[in-house]
Amino acid sequence: MTNQQNKPVIQVRDLYKVFGKHPAKVMPMVKEGLAKDEVFAKTNHNVGLRSINLDIERGEIFVIMGLSGSGKSTLIRHFNRLIEPTEGKILVEDVDVMKLSPKELETFRRYKMSMVFQSFGLLPHHTVIDNVAYGLSIQGVDKATRNAKAHQWLETVGLKGYDDQYPAQLSGGQQQRVGLARALCTDAEILLMDEAFSALDPLIRSEMQDQLIELQKDLNKTIIFITHDLDEALRIGDRIAILKDGNLVQVGKPVDILLNPADDYVEAFVKDVNRPRALTVETVMRPPAHRLTADTIGEALKEMKRIPSNYAYYINEDGFQGVVCQEALEEAAKDDLKAPMDEFDTEGVEPVLPGASLESIIPETLEADFPIPVVDADGDLQGELSRTHLAGVLSDFYETEETQQSEKQ
Amino acid sequence: MADSSWLSKFPKMDRSTLLEIRKTLDGLYRDFSREYGDLIESFFDPLLDFLIWFEKLLVQSPWWAVLICITGFVYMASRSKKLSVGVVVAFLLIGYFGMWQDTMRTLSIITVCTLLAIALGVPIGILMARSNRVQSVVTPILDVMQTMPAFVYLIPVVMLLGIGKVPGVIAVIIYAIPPVIRLTNLGIRLVNKEVLEAATAYGATPMQRLLGVQLPLAGPTIMAGINQTIMMALAMVVIASMIGVKGLGQPVLKSITNQYFTLGLFNGLAIVALAIIFDRTSQAYAKRTQKHVQGGHHD
Repeated sequence: MTNQQNKPVIQVRDLYKVFGKHPAKVMPMVKEGLAKDEVFAKTNHNVGLRSINLDIERGEIFVIMGLSGSGKSTLIRHFNRLIEPTEGKILVEDVDVMKLSPKELETFRRYKMSMVFQSFGLLPHHTVIDNVAYGLSIQGVDKATRNAKAHQWLETVGLKGYDDQYPAQLSGGQQQRVGLARALCTDAEILLMDEAFSALDPLIRSEMQDQLIELQKDLNKTIIFITHDLDEALRIGDRIAILKDGNLVQVGKPVDILLNPADDYVEAFVKDVNRPRALTVETVMRPPAHRLTADTIGEALKEMKRIPSNYAYYINEDGFQGVVCQEALEEAAKDDLKAPMDEFDTEGVEPVLPGASLESIIPETLEADFPIPVVDADGDLQGELSRTHLAGVLSDFYETEETQQSEKQ
Repeated sequence: MADSSWLSKFPKMDRSTLLEIRKTLDGLYRDFSREYGDLIESFFDPLLDFLIWFEKLLVQSPWWAVLICITGFVYMASRSKKLSVGVVVAFLLIGYFGMWQDTMRTLSIITVCTLLAIALGVPIGILMARSNRVQSVVTPILDVMQTMPAFVYLIPVVMLLGIGKVPGVIAVIIYAIPPVIRLTNLGIRLVNKEVLEAATAYGATPMQRLLGVQLPLAGPTIMAGINQTIMMALAMVVIASMIGVKGLGQPVLKSITNQYFTLGLFNGLAIVALAIIFDRTSQAYAKRTQKHVQGGHHD
């Protein structure tokens, strides 16, 4: 498997899906690019998907997002062939899913992929533990082994002690945790999640999102996640694909989608996004302008005078040390020019992490007299963020300028 | 002028032609039953043997042993003490009024008919649920079976197999099987699509889907069908008695012809008692096995 490490896990090539009695007859029309409505008016056939090409990488959370009717649920059902395409290819680890015989397809579904459903799809007549172990029971694993494993997963998703309850006795959020545990219990590498959190209320939903991100850190599965909620997509997605009327409109990292929407449709989506929550510091920070690396106060003062600003970030071999302002440095220089910089009292500005959301650092940025430093976990200075810059990013007015900036980087 | 007589009179076929058609069809069927009657009868021999054995078992065993068995069975299925006590009281009354033997005969034939109807009806219902084509063929047949007066299909059955238990069973099954077929089909078709999809997505084979998901989830609907089938089988008892099926139907038939009101009423009430026992037991059983579905305090 190691030789496949860098290859996309799932490759979708020229996938078309037309719903209706004689899809093959309608295909030429669809390929000509006739709009969905026109095709439907003329032939009573519904275009589900049109010319989809996608590469999904190992270990990423790939979000497919679109409004209802955009074909996202149709697309995800192609990956495990719950729906047959009209035309096109889907390769999962170089295996053409369309060419599998019914028996091979069953094996493929048992071991390669597992799925989480919008309205949970739990078996109401089985207990929670039997639901979690369902995939293993289909595989023919003996009861003791599968129950032990199911029990473990149930504990992982936070439902310890619910083994013998029936799904109807659980709340929606708990039921979906059972659904998630069931999907994880088969150890399949690929996890399909069809609007998995859409039926849950907002509080439980964000809890589940956190849990998924947390789990993914350990599991490193390839997750394909369907949603109609851009906030959700931005929050959990490593990459996002946007579908409209069965067409793929844009594929990219959350920041790209947010800052460079491909067309008006995506832009309309992006407009309503809670930006401070969706953007992280590293996506908008600027390179640090001024650094001091001197060993003594005197040399530091010299360096400081050369830069067109009254503050700088002091860095030594151990990394970022703190913010130094010119006034304080001059004050210290009066006492002793030779004093080592290590003992100099820097300004009390707490650095922020690159991965922090803008929302969480708004107060610090506004209160600080200087642009706040962005320092990674190793202690290295990565960039800076000023309050004017932050205000700009968060307002629409600034958008175009920011777009150009991020392109240059 | 004579040519336009079809305006005032319905243009019907010649009396002689009609007679011809009837004669031919009757003749063909008579030949068929003469030719194959014995063969078909011998095909049903195992069923007849079983019917006779089961009836003997119920009739010849000591009444208290039978009563204990029936009550035990009812309690096992329903887990209801109230119902079990009701069963004991009902059967004691039936015995006291001298209808024990007839009731046992009816009980035996109804039990066999119900088991056969389930054994035939559920698979047919499953096939119907799997294919729209099968459904479109079977549905009109069921409509005919349910609306055709029972006497009409009694005629060919009697011509073929004579008078006795087996034709009675066949007549009862034809009349009573439609609900279990229809509701099995409906129940499977109504199974939550996402649950079934989940089973498919985890690689379940068609058989695993049928036994593990479709039938259990269609269970309550199928049970409702079985319940209806039992009720209809009981309703057929009187008509079946016309072709020689012994049991509670025969005294009722006798009371009609001789205007014995009380005799008719007693035997009718015994049939009602059997119906109530069957109905409550099967419903309590269905409810008990489906407890988990509603069992929560959440929605």
